[in-house]
Amino acid sequence: MHPAPSVIIFTTLSGLGFGLLFFLSLGLPDVSGWVAFVFFAIAYALAVGGLMASTFHLGHPERAWKAFTQWKTSWLSREGWCAVIALVVMGLYAIGVIFLGQRWSLLGWIGALFSLLTVFTTSMIYTQLKTIPRWNMNLTPAMFLSFSLAGGALLAGQVRVALPLLLIAALVQILYWKKGDKALEESGTNLGTATGLGDRGTVRAFEPPHTGTNYLLREFVHVVGRKHAEKLRIISFALAFVLPVILLLLPFGHLFALLAVLSHLAGVATSRWLFFAQAEHVVGLYYGKR
Amino acid sequence: MTQLPTSTDRKMGLVIDLDTCVGCHACVISCKGWNTENYGAPLSDQDAYGANPSGTFLNRVHSYEVQPAEGHAQLIHFPKSCLHCEDAPCVTVCPTGASYKRVEDGIVLVNESDCIGCGLCAWSCPYGARELDQAEGVMKKCTLCVDRIYNENLPEVDRVPSCVRTCPAGARHFGDLGDADSDVSKLVAERGGMDLMPEMGTKPVNKYLPPRPKDNVEDQIDILAPLLAPVAEEPKGFLSWLDKTLEKL
Repeated sequence: MHPAPSVIIFTTLSGLGFGLLFFLSLGLPDVSGWVAFVFFAIAYALAVGGLMASTFHLGHPERAWKAFTQWKTSWLSREGWCAVIALVVMGLYAIGVIFLGQRWSLLGWIGALFSLLTVFTTSMIYTQLKTIPRWNMNLTPAMFLSFSLAGGALLAGQVRVALPLLLIAALVQILYWKKGDKALEESGTNLGTATGLGDRGTVRAFEPPHTGTNYLLREFVHVVGRKHAEKLRIISFALAFVLPVILLLLPFGHLFALLAVLSHLAGVATSRWLFFAQAEHVVGLYYGKR
Repeated sequence: MTQLPTSTDRKMGLVIDLDTCVGCHACVISCKGWNTENYGAPLSDQDAYGANPSGTFLNRVHSYEVQPAEGHAQLIHFPKSCLHCEDAPCVTVCPTGASYKRVEDGIVLVNESDCIGCGLCAWSCPYGARELDQAEGVMKKCTLCVDRIYNENLPEVDRVPSCVRTCPAGARHFGDLGDADSDVSKLVAERGGMDLMPEMGTKPVNKYLPPRPKDNVEDQIDILAPLLAPVAEEPKGFLSWLDKTLEKL
């Protein structure tokens, strides 16, 4: 899949933003006034900034409001609803915490639920696609949720929670890569089933429909960046998990915490780039590519 | 609405004969010609006369080589367009309701004024049947020439999809695949029509007829062959001496 910057920025920043909102809604950290204002501002900047970025790749962003209509079948539509509900509920909750010194815990619980549901529905947009076996696994929502919670805990300064959550996210990441590498093969889809000619012999793509490229190849067959995938996995893993864990184990300071957050952010963004760049869409088979 | 109908009155679709298709791409051209100036936004091209041309097509013809365990390799031309699936994933993923499947004939269409160009339907299609038009920013797909098949302004012979009308080899057939007595259904039953990627669970309406088995060239008796046996004999005299002498050198 083409690793479009808009979707990488969206899933990375929004995941982190809604993760932070989750912890703020539970009163972690228990802050009020200006300190609370800064925390909520960061969370909203990340969550809303990511959502705005996601509209950049639309052909007609001015019609984006229509995406709220099909929640009965469409995960993209459900994600839109969850995001708006989470942001509105948490906005009300934030007013209480920042200006009135009140913690309306019921609102907080609802906000926490919808923050997580937003991340879950985002992950389901990818997970539902049978056409991309590497995404069509239970580990995809597990990865999005564990990343969001670990990043949220890190941003919220909850060191004792962040450490185990980072370790869980790291484990899910490794499992996702291991299972994902075999996903296309195990799906049973190949050029033989794609053409229906597989039982007659070995099928080979002889000639493509056009000498030039097309939308399908640009969108679904991204081969160039896969060359450095192994190195990027190591870099991503080190930045997202190893370095933040080491920094958290050192005596706590604002500088180390900031470094841990930035390192984690860069690592997750790299992992998301790989999430798209390494995903093989079955339509590539028709072109003799993957 | 993006909820799929539980059943459709008819299942209009194509039957494509892989045995007969000669790979001339006439269906590709006639499809683009008809659909760029009729239903919805035109099918745009980018850099059409430049170094790197590309454009929107609703129908593309691939060619595949099939090498059996024994015998000759076979070349198979393979036209591919929307299969108007019964369980169309492109419809249910659409967030705006722009994608829909018609109850009356099962045709899958895009309402372009509702399409936000998110591309998710193209992601969900295993067949590459949907292409986002780069000029218009909306999703384009085969309409089964919905503006031809019911069009009473056209002569009756033209009330079939443009690709079917054009095919010089008669490799494309159009009809109701939900009616077991229709010509296309009989053809599918007779020739063992197949689904593409059945494991995806999309239940395509369009069917592909597999190529017929080829004759085995080696087993054929050619009545002219004995007359064409090589007539060259061992050289004699001077030529024989020259041949031997040259061998020795």
